[in-house]
Amino acid sequence: MVDRFPIEAGHIMLFARSVGDTNQVYYDEDYAKTTEIGGIVAPPTFVQASAQFEDDYSLRPTIGEDWFGSGKEPTGVKREPGGTGGGGLHAEQHYEYHRNLKPGDVLHSVNKPGESWERESKRAGKLMFSESITEYYDQNNELVITARSVGVRTERPVDQG
Amino acid sequence: MALKASEIKVGDEYTEVVADNLTRTQIVQYAGSSGDYNPLHSDEIFTTKVGGYPSIFAHGMLSMGATGKALTNYVGDGRLTKYGVRFVNQVWPGDTLTATIAVEEIRDEGGLQLVDLTVSTSNQDGREVVRGSATARIDA
Repeated sequence: MVDRFPIEAGHIMLFARSVGDTNQVYYDEDYAKTTEIGGIVAPPTFVQASAQFEDDYSLRPTIGEDWFGSGKEPTGVKREPGGTGGGGLHAEQHYEYHRNLKPGDVLHSVNKPGESWERESKRAGKLMFSESITEYYDQNNELVITARSVGVRTERPVDQG
Repeated sequence: MALKASEIKVGDEYTEVVADNLTRTQIVQYAGSSGDYNPLHSDEIFTTKVGGYPSIFAHGMLSMGATGKALTNYVGDGRLTKYGVRFVNQVWPGDTLTATIAVEEIRDEGGLQLVDLTVSTSNQDGREVVRGSATARIDA
């Protein structure tokens, strides 16, 4: 859940660059004004960046707390002996767009739990799926984007063979 | 420019290379912009020694975002009503990704012209990495 996700032009530019999208509509206001949509808009997967505004987001280091990535050691977090799980991966992502996002919008989101299920796989052992639904509302409390995400925890790292 | 229903037909395909020799630096850029700093995507030491993978790999959402570039280049900016994918294989540094968008159905819904598309992105070995679908508003 995110209480306040301000949609900012600079952030849209950085995000578009990071997915390799050079479309001027994501950074050039003068150009964007001449297009059908009449201004800068966010690219289709931009709301994923709401993680930046999520308190205690688990995939962002927190000052003063151990981080599971490497420093002096390959990981900064002690693991249980024998715990060799492959960890969490993103399995599916779905968006429904109710209107375009533009700089100046201020979103908040509401999470709803989805279903959970399990499946055996040859490449990664037992797969544990869990779904979550996130609804993004704008400053007028109107629904802008509905997102459905499926995460998977694998029993072991995915075999690349 | 948005697509026109009169100018497309079922089975039409649009193909675009959406990542060419994907660099670790671009994956780091994505971590920075999205806020997903999972070390599996930037920290080779953690990923090989603790994660058990041969190298860092891209965020699934980077491949979805790159594939989204092909979609918006095809249907026009701000025209999508739905976009969803499954991440069927991991994307690694050095991969070249090609997205293929195919027209599945052209339909009228309450006076709106819509196109349903299938979306598939594969790497240089022809291995599919992203598979999904999208719907967009088009002009008559």
